[in-house]
Amino acid sequence: MSAPQDGHNDPAVAFEAAKLGVWTFLATEVLLFGALFTAYTVYRAKFPELFQAEHLKLNRILGTLNTVVLLTSSLTVVLGVDAIRRGKARLLQLYYGATVLLGGAFLCVKYIEWTEEFHHGLFPDTNIFFSLYFMMTGLHGIHVFLGMCVLTYVVVLAGRGRLSADYTTPVEMSGLYWHFVDLVWIYLLPLLYLIG
Amino acid sequence: MEPVSGESGSERGYLAERGWRSWAYTMDHKRIGLMYLLTTIAFFFIGGVFALLLRLELLSPQAKYFSNHTYNVFFTLHGAMMIFLFIIPAIPSGLGNFFIPMQLGARDVAFPRLNLASYWIFVAGFLVVIASLVSPMDTGWTFYTPYSAKTGAAVATLSFGIFLIGMSSILTGLNFIVTIHKLRAPGMTWHRMPLFIWGMYATSIIQVVATPVVGVTFLLLAMERLLGVVFFDPAKGGDPVLFQHFFWFYSHPVVYVMILPAMGIVSEVIPVFSRKPIFGYKAIAYSSLAIAFIGFLVWGHHMFTSGMSPLANALFSFLTFFVAVPTAVKVFNWIATLYKGSITFESPMLYALTFIGLFIIGGLTGPFLGALATDVQLHDTYFVVAHFHYTMMGGTVMGFFAGLHYWFPKMTGRMLNEKVARIAWALVVVGFNVTFFTMFIAGVRGMPRRYAEYLPRFHAENVISTAGAFLLAIGILVLFWNLWQGLRKGARAPGNPWRALSLEWQTASPPDTENFHEIPEVTDWPYGYGKPKGPAA
Amino acid sequence: MGKVFAFGAASGHAARVDAVFLMILVIGGFFFFLTQGMLIYFAVKYRRRRPDRDNETPQITGNHLLEFFWIAIPSLVVLAIFYYGWRVYSDLNISPVGATEVYVNARQWLYEVKYPDGRTALNEIHVPAGKPVKFILSSSDVIHGFYLPDFRVKMDMIPGRTTTLWVQPDKPGRYQIYCTVYCGDGHSTMLAQMIAMDAHGYAEWQEHRQEEAGEKEHEPLAERGERIMRKAGCFNCHAVEGPEKIGPDLKGVYGRKVALEGGRTVVADEEYLRESIVDPGAKIVKGHPNVMPTFKTTLSPGDVDAVVAYLKTLK
Repeated sequence: MSAPQDGHNDPAVAFEAAKLGVWTFLATEVLLFGALFTAYTVYRAKFPELFQAEHLKLNRILGTLNTVVLLTSSLTVVLGVDAIRRGKARLLQLYYGATVLLGGAFLCVKYIEWTEEFHHGLFPDTNIFFSLYFMMTGLHGIHVFLGMCVLTYVVVLAGRGRLSADYTTPVEMSGLYWHFVDLVWIYLLPLLYLIG
Repeated sequence: MEPVSGESGSERGYLAERGWRSWAYTMDHKRIGLMYLLTTIAFFFIGGVFALLLRLELLSPQAKYFSNHTYNVFFTLHGAMMIFLFIIPAIPSGLGNFFIPMQLGARDVAFPRLNLASYWIFVAGFLVVIASLVSPMDTGWTFYTPYSAKTGAAVATLSFGIFLIGMSSILTGLNFIVTIHKLRAPGMTWHRMPLFIWGMYATSIIQVVATPVVGVTFLLLAMERLLGVVFFDPAKGGDPVLFQHFFWFYSHPVVYVMILPAMGIVSEVIPVFSRKPIFGYKAIAYSSLAIAFIGFLVWGHHMFTSGMSPLANALFSFLTFFVAVPTAVKVFNWIATLYKGSITFESPMLYALTFIGLFIIGGLTGPFLGALATDVQLHDTYFVVAHFHYTMMGGTVMGFFAGLHYWFPKMTGRMLNEKVARIAWALVVVGFNVTFFTMFIAGVRGMPRRYAEYLPRFHAENVISTAGAFLLAIGILVLFWNLWQGLRKGARAPGNPWRALSLEWQTASPPDTENFHEIPEVTDWPYGYGKPKGPAA
Repeated sequence: MGKVFAFGAASGHAARVDAVFLMILVIGGFFFFLTQGMLIYFAVKYRRRRPDRDNETPQITGNHLLEFFWIAIPSLVVLAIFYYGWRVYSDLNISPVGATEVYVNARQWLYEVKYPDGRTALNEIHVPAGKPVKFILSSSDVIHGFYLPDFRVKMDMIPGRTTTLWVQPDKPGRYQIYCTVYCGDGHSTMLAQMIAMDAHGYAEWQEHRQEEAGEKEHEPLAERGERIMRKAGCFNCHAVEGPEKIGPDLKGVYGRKVALEGGRTVVADEEYLRESIVDPGAKIVKGHPNVMPTFKTTLSPGDVDAVVAYLKTLK
């Protein structure tokens, strides 16, 4: 009787394992940001007037711009995943490259925003609202940056011919991660910028 | 059956390849597990040295050998090292890494490269922690604000170190979850998995869910020190008690990370050495999940005197008691396994039985702390110190020792000297009880914890505890000396010296790098002891 | 009851807590002996007597009835413990009528006591026996604890918040107070006492501001100074012998040339010592942090003189 295939050599199992791994990792990220969202909830309930007053000091235009940037980047990710599923590695590179650029744009806009805030004397130690604002957008920004690194690596892999319609795992997994990063921003925007 | 040691080409199996690179770059879960074991055991010793220094100082009610500040640093380092650098990683990342794939009939964990990365992140973490010793912490391992935000120690550095260690822990947990879901041998349904795996599965879920919260907590603490963020600073509207909520949201579940793997080991050892199936397999399996789940709901019981509302206190107290029930179920099931068994008392079994006895004491002293009226009296006294040493040392560490002795032949290919092992065991058990039972009494009489100096009325208890501590230390030294001797000149171990049924025993001792020549096909659960077609003597 | 715990229950509530403790002890003891007993009994009775007789163990893998009972019974038991513990605890949340209120503020490393009439004290709280006392607790710096073991109660003292605790001392006596939340170097020496007095003694104490139990009528100034320093917790930070602590060494301080932060040097005369007590931030000794609290409101000028007199005796 032939030996049963063991998990590592079976591509179907490897793909399923990778998927479970990324989803589990995303669960840990939910808890990571969740702690900060909890702190936000606690302090918002405690100091409603402060939050009402301070949130108006944020630049809603740049915040909205960044939202458009990230949403577009999620679209390019979807297109990239679709491309490699059809075996088009070059197209994937294009789309993921665009995603990285959009991520970079996000970070540039963030930089402008933060500089503007510092210029107006608003710092992480100014009050609890701004402590939360800088910590949450800062942690999110770090995740955007790390995502850009991962996506760049996927572009490099594609360039080396290591990705194909039969092996899309790195693309799918990094895509999932990027969507999560986008999703966190979708929560951050209203909580910090929009609701009074 | 699988060949005994020596047949598969290399007598040393996975240990054959030499050179530091074969260790530093290894993706073999067995080597990674071994590296974790050696690292965590080293910290066990260092943490133990701090403990002995503390007990030495506590011989006298007033400061004698070193200043109170130094004493405070020592108890902080003792606690932080023991918890983050020994007890949390030792069984999961050490024995778990080695034996989860083997018990599942797999060649390795789901993500071997991630596994190696986990180890090096752990190393980076403890190096950063050690770097923080230039300005050592004296906050206690709980780092409560505002003191931890104000003290002149290297808190930000230490926070970063712990953050890295937490990351390593998360990645290991993630790896184990995927391994258990996806890499079980054909025929191994969930209800045919060894109970150690169930324990590790529940543990991994806790690690993955709870650790990120403490990661953020330490991040916020570091940011308060570096950037002055306002989360926990009362002067600017922050809430120091919020730190406690965040901290304990992780730190309570983490005690189940500490105990569930050890309970898993006990569930493995008891059936083997009683030659009887485990009693109540499903109850033990699911009680691990129940403990993990309930464990997330009870963190407030560390904070009953911190000014929480009476309603919150009542809720946390109520939920806390429910953790006792699945725990009790395990204890009853282990004891029922002994009923009409055919029991021998080799060192793994001695430690497993000791675990049950000492953990019961630890567990039964929990209700004093879960009940509101008595907790208000006993919180922050030596009663708590005794309680957690009985559960963590009387429990987890005894389970760890049981696992070390049980799996020593498999990991090293050598047998241990049983006589010396038993002497060590006796010293450890006596020393442990003398040290820590006395602390219950000191606590009830009102001695607060984290006290470098104490009133003369507590002198007698402290002297007795110190005597016990040194006895315990001698026992531990003998134990590890025996392991060392076994490594060097122990008799060659057969593949299955304990005639156990789980899959790791169907390999050579030590196993080959690939674990199994052929992935086994599983047709039954691993507890069919005593059956007529079980392995013959 | 008191004998069991080697120290008496000083109030009705404490006695009730002891009853809860005893209940848990008895239940715990029962389960301990039951499980340990069975463990040892089985281990002995079923030990392997013949090496080849281990294939004859019965295949008992479970027993649903038994398992049901040992889930149901512990569940009921723990519910009972929870309930009883909660009921007795709830006493503490009822603010007693007619309680004497005392404000206690913790700072590293002493307890500042303030009475409703404005009088202050350090590390000693005088209350009438037989009546409830309500403590209103807070902290100026980090979290501290307020633990009265004789009363089986404690409460944390948190900066930025007030917490409360009440006790009712049945009998006059001196009751120990400990700090139970780690707060730095002086954590274990930050001790205080609650002194419950009978009606006559309490009335007398209320009239005479500075009189405390133990004060002699013609107490030498230096002796009084040492007593005041001890009570105020000065020795938590200042050593008079042995290794230096966080504050400057006091041995031989009088007449010493003191180097200050900023480069100046002064001689520690009476005025310097007096200023250091009431306005410690005015001159900071080089190499020491500016953390000493002021004793301007808690020590009278007479007290300060006594302390200075004592310091002059330290050669």
